[in-house]
Order: sequence, then C-alpha cells, then structure tokens
Amino acid sequence: MLRFLAGRFAVLIPTFLGVALVAFAFIRLLPGDPVMLMSGERVMSDERHAEIMKSLGYDKPLSIQFVDYLGDIVTGDLGNSVVTKRPILDDFFKLFPATLELSICAIFLAVFLGIPAGVLAAVRRGSWIDQSLMGTALVGYSMPIFWWGLLLIILFSGILQWTPVSGRISLMYYFPAHTGFMLIDSLLSGQPGAFKSALSHLILPTIVLCTIPLAVIARQTRSAMLEVLGEDYVRTARSKGLSPRRVIGVHALRNALIPVVTTIGLQVGVLLAGAILTETIFSWPGIGKWMVDAVFKRDYPVVQGGLLLIAGIIMIVNLAVDLLYGLINPRIRH
Amino acid sequence: MALLEIKNLTVSFDTVTGPFAAVDGVDLTVDGREILSIVGESGSGKSVSMLAVMGLLPPSATVTADVMRFDGNDMLSMTAKQKRTIIGRDIAMIFQEPMSSLNPCFTVGFQIGEMLRRHTDLDRKARRTRAIELLDAVGIPSPQQRLSAFPHQLSGGMSQRVMIAMATSCRPKLLIADEPTTALDVTIQAQILDLLRDLCADRDMALVLITHDMGVVAQMAHRVQVQYAGQRVEEQAVRELFSDPHHPYTSALLSALPERATGRGHLPSIAGMVPGQHGRPTGCLFEPRCQFATDICRRGAERQDAALGHALCNHPLVNGVATRMEVGA
Ligand SMILES: Nc1ncnc2c1ncn2[C@@H]1O[C@H](COP(=O)(O)OP(=O)(O)OP(=O)(O)O)[C@@H](O)[C@H]1O
Ligand SMILES: [Mg+2]
Repeated sequence: MLRFLAGRFAVLIPTFLGVALVAFAFIRLLPGDPVMLMSGERVMSDERHAEIMKSLGYDKPLSIQFVDYLGDIVTGDLGNSVVTKRPILDDFFKLFPATLELSICAIFLAVFLGIPAGVLAAVRRGSWIDQSLMGTALVGYSMPIFWWGLLLIILFSGILQWTPVSGRISLMYYFPAHTGFMLIDSLLSGQPGAFKSALSHLILPTIVLCTIPLAVIARQTRSAMLEVLGEDYVRTARSKGLSPRRVIGVHALRNALIPVVTTIGLQVGVLLAGAILTETIFSWPGIGKWMVDAVFKRDYPVVQGGLLLIAGIIMIVNLAVDLLYGLINPRIRH
Repeated sequence: MALLEIKNLTVSFDTVTGPFAAVDGVDLTVDGREILSIVGESGSGKSVSMLAVMGLLPPSATVTADVMRFDGNDMLSMTAKQKRTIIGRDIAMIFQEPMSSLNPCFTVGFQIGEMLRRHTDLDRKARRTRAIELLDAVGIPSPQQRLSAFPHQLSGGMSQRVMIAMATSCRPKLLIADEPTTALDVTIQAQILDLLRDLCADRDMALVLITHDMGVVAQMAHRVQVQYAGQRVEEQAVRELFSDPHHPYTSALLSALPERATGRGHLPSIAGMVPGQHGRPTGCLFEPRCQFATDICRRGAERQDAALGHALCNHPLVNGVATRMEVGA
C-alpha cells in the first residue's frame, strides 16, 4: 500500500509541473495584459504602462518569470491578485465552499439517479424503458451546458417563476458563514425561510451541473451491469433461490460498482470544469466564476494559482478514488 | 415414486436465425438416493435440460414439458416465487467452472451464510457454526479461517469444495452437478468425485452428474442417460450399459474409452460433429455419423422399449450386432 502511494505521489510532481506551465502559458497567450484591462477606458501612456508592468515583474523574459513563479510555488506562495491585491489562497478558500457545495449536490444527484437508471436499463435491456433511459442519457451527455442552463432559467425562473435566477440565497437573509455551506449555515442561523431560499437557489445549478455526470454514470452502470449479469456467479446466486432483487441488487451490482466507482472519480474533473460554466450562468459565487472573472481581467496570478489548485483537488480526488477502488475490489485489497 | 420426473421436456431458444430446440422431447427420472449420469458430447443439451429444471435459463429460452414433478410437487404449475423456495433448498446445483461460480466480491462465509439465511431459521451465530461444519465436511482444512477468504484466494479444487458445501448446506434431496470436475486437475477430480459419492451416501441425496467422460460414469453412476443433439438416445443401468450398449452412439462413446481402445497409441473418436442449429438431419440425428445407418434412418428413428435401453434407433445393437428391423414404409 505504501509503495502504491509513493508511486502515485511520484507521478503527481511532473503532472503539477505540466499544469503550472500550461496555466502560465495559457493566460499569456491571450491578447492584452492586466494593466491594460485595469486602466479600461482611461487612456494610459506607454511609459506609465511599462512602469506598472515593470513594478509587477512582467517586463522580465518569460523564462525568468516562469522560474520565479515555480520558486514561489515551492515555498507555498501563490501570490496576490493583480486586481484586488488580496492573497490568492485566501480568496480561493473563501470561495471554494460554494463550489464544493454545488459539486457535492451535483455528484450525489448524479450517483443516486444514475446508478438505479443504469441498473434498470440493464435489467430491462432492449425494452422501451432501456431505450428511453439511454436516449435521455445521450441527449443529456451531448447537451451544451450553457444552453441547457439558459433553457432551465427561462422555463423555471422566467415563465414559471419557481426558482431564483442567480446567487446562493436571497439578499433578505444575512448570517455568519460557519461552514461555508449555505444549506448548513442557513439551517444553523435558525432564520425562518432561509434554508428554503438556499435550496431553491441551489436546485437549477445542481441540475445543470449533474447532467453530464448523470448521463455518463447511467451509461457506465448499464454496460457494467450487462457484463456482470452474464457471469457464472450471478447464475450461482439465482441457483440459491434468492429473489431477483437480491441477485441484481447485491450480487450483480456489487461487482458492477467496481468500474462505476472509477467513472465517478473521473467525473470530478468534468464536474469542476462544468462548475466554471454553471457558476457563470447562475452568478454562483464560487471559484469557477472567480476564475472566469480573472481570465477576463488577465489577472495572471489568479488564473495560474486557481488552475493549479483545481488540478491539485482533482488529483487528490483521483487518488482517493484509487484507494476506494482498492477497498471495494477484494482482488486488489489482498 | 421418482424424486424427479420429467416427460417430454423441450427447450427452445429464440435466436436471430429462428427458434432452436436445444433440448427436444427428453424424458428423465431420478429416484431418491440414486446417482444418474447424463452423458453426451458437447452441445447435446445436457446443461440446458438441467438448467431448465432449476429455472436458470435466460428469457430467450422457452421451456415446455408434459410432466415436471419434483418430490410430489408439480413444478410446471408453480409460480417463480414458489419455485425459489425449492431451488437451493431441495434441489441444488454446482457448475463446471468453480472459480467463476463464486462471487469475487464476497467472502466464502457470506456466500454460504446467505444460503442458510434464505432457507433456514438459523440465527447469525448458528449460521456461522453450520458454515464451519459444512466446510469441514467437504474436506477444507482450517474451515474457520476460510470463512473470511475471498474466492480469488482459493484454488479450483477448493472453490469446488466450497460450492459443494454451499449447495448441500440445506440438505437438498437432489444435487445437480454439471461437469463438476472438467476444469480441475486429474488428482483433484478424483477427490471431488469421491466427496460427492460420500455425501450422497451420508445424506441420502440423489445426484444428477452431467459429464462427457465415460470413465467418470463407470466410477460414479447407478444409471446412465445418453443424450445426443438434444434427444435422449439411450438409458440403462450402468452395468448393462457398459456391457451391452444398444445405441450406436453409446457404443461409439464407450469404444473411445482408453482402456477399451484396441489399437495402440490412438483413441478412436467419433467422426463428425453434433448437429447444431443448422444442417440438422431430417431423420435420425445420428444417422450421418452412424456406421449402421440405412435408408430408413433418413426418414426417422424409432424408440425401442426398456429391454433395448429405450434406444432411439432403428437398428439397436445387441451384443454389438445391429438388428435389422423391418420398419413400416
Ligand atoms: N442461451 C442460449 N441461447 C442459444 N443457444 C443456446 C443457449 N444456451 C445453450 N445453447 C445451445 O444449446 C445447445 C446445448 O447446449 P448445452 O450447454 O446444454 O450443451 P451440453 O450438452 O451441456 O454441452 P457441454 O458439454 O459443452 O456443456 C448448444 O448447441 C448450445 O449452443
Ligand atoms: Mg454443459
């Protein structure tokens, strides 16, 4: 187990280096620079522009800038935002709970709908249930997030007026953020209606964000179940006189979950990428929206630091999934 | 009264190229405490006919029979749910591939305990004790530790022992063993067969032993049913079958036995193949491979009576000589 972990960590280092390089290069490839965008409409002389760029260290050759940047990362310093001057780590951890709350809700919804849907489709293979479930999954999988989000807003917020359009909670409510999770904080605040407001703000973004993972999990569960249902041990389970429910729900599903767990782990990356768009559509104050804003302002340190932190989270989650995989697969555990 | 009685069992699979009768009008009886062997080459419908009894065939299979009675109960009129109270408890089955027949995600103890929980009132502790006894009875060393073993930690022989322990855990009246030793080493094969014979004797259990190995039949069976291409072609007590086979197919199977081979160094094998779904002969199904076949065999095969082993043959052998019978044209 220790060797396994050591091996995994050894892979992390080059991956991190790669992410750092990509993040560094990507934002500089975009036209414009932070100073130019901050000055906005005001006219700024070339001398003044060069002066500020120099004070920020952006006049040095790119290779030197990159080496300096790596040096800072090693000491754990991701720098400050060019725009707000606040430390990047502070902003990240202040905003991250909002993204985490949304992502957790989305992945839970995707798992709790996707697995039963996949099992049902596999058991009723070829029936209209299977076909409509898998047809829906295909549509969900190919849905452009932005368009899907706008569609839901138009229907539920616009026409039906059931849900709010943006934010995490109605401005009526104000309470301290104990956990950073609005659902929990609103309950803790004890203010009547606060939880309901938080929930109603969460519903649409959760649906939008869970759509692709839900479709992927449902399809993966179906194919894993179809494979497992033909196995000898499923026949053995049936030969014991067990109910179909137990044969499918215990003997088959337990084995089918092994590949599905890997899929769920891979969806975390998809989820964080989706969060960037979803948060932008719903003005959800999380790291996705923070990053998009930073890109528009060419806030180099924020984009670089944010990408690095997101990559780190994805890698940690994948590592956790690998460990979990070992736990649920006896053949690896022993 | 027979423990298991089947008349005119037909199993037809829905395939892309049309229906295919993998089992075609088979009769079969097993008495209490009897060891009946079903023999035949690959594809002769041995497994499918027994899976039909267990209700383990896929939905693409259509099962029909005139009679299917087990221990006085009419299995044809039972609902699936009623059948499940018998399956596992009174009729149990073990399979050809012991390694893949155990669920890789659950421990041996869980899988045996589950059977006991389904069919007995034993509590958790009693189930554990019983599982240890069962593992001990099938010759598994340090049974207590084995309870927490996962299937991948067991050898093929051990897995088959675990399967046997599990299948016999509710003291079934009938055990169906579908080629239980085909996948195992020769020495382990003999041990497993001994174990099965001892269990039958100790527990008054009947056994249907599916095999294509006539050596195994000679060692184990009381009575033998020979199947060919989904049909029952002969049925006799084991001694009589070996001394005087009536169907040319049985005779051919027997002469393929190593100890009966006349020439040195090579075993006679039956030329040709079992007909599958396509290219089925219109008359006797064995006719294309039969050295005694005549013109009438292309039109059909006649069922002989018990004295001639119920042979499905127009020219049943008596002491190795084909009788030329006059069949109405
Ligand atoms: N699910 C199925 N769908 C279609 N055909 C099937 C199915 N299962 C079995 N068959 C066919 O039924 C025939 C009999 O199969 P069966 O497994 O009973 O043979 P067997 O006598 O047990 O042979 P073996 O020694 O190989 O186990 C074969 O031709 C096989 O191809
Ligand atoms: Mg078979």
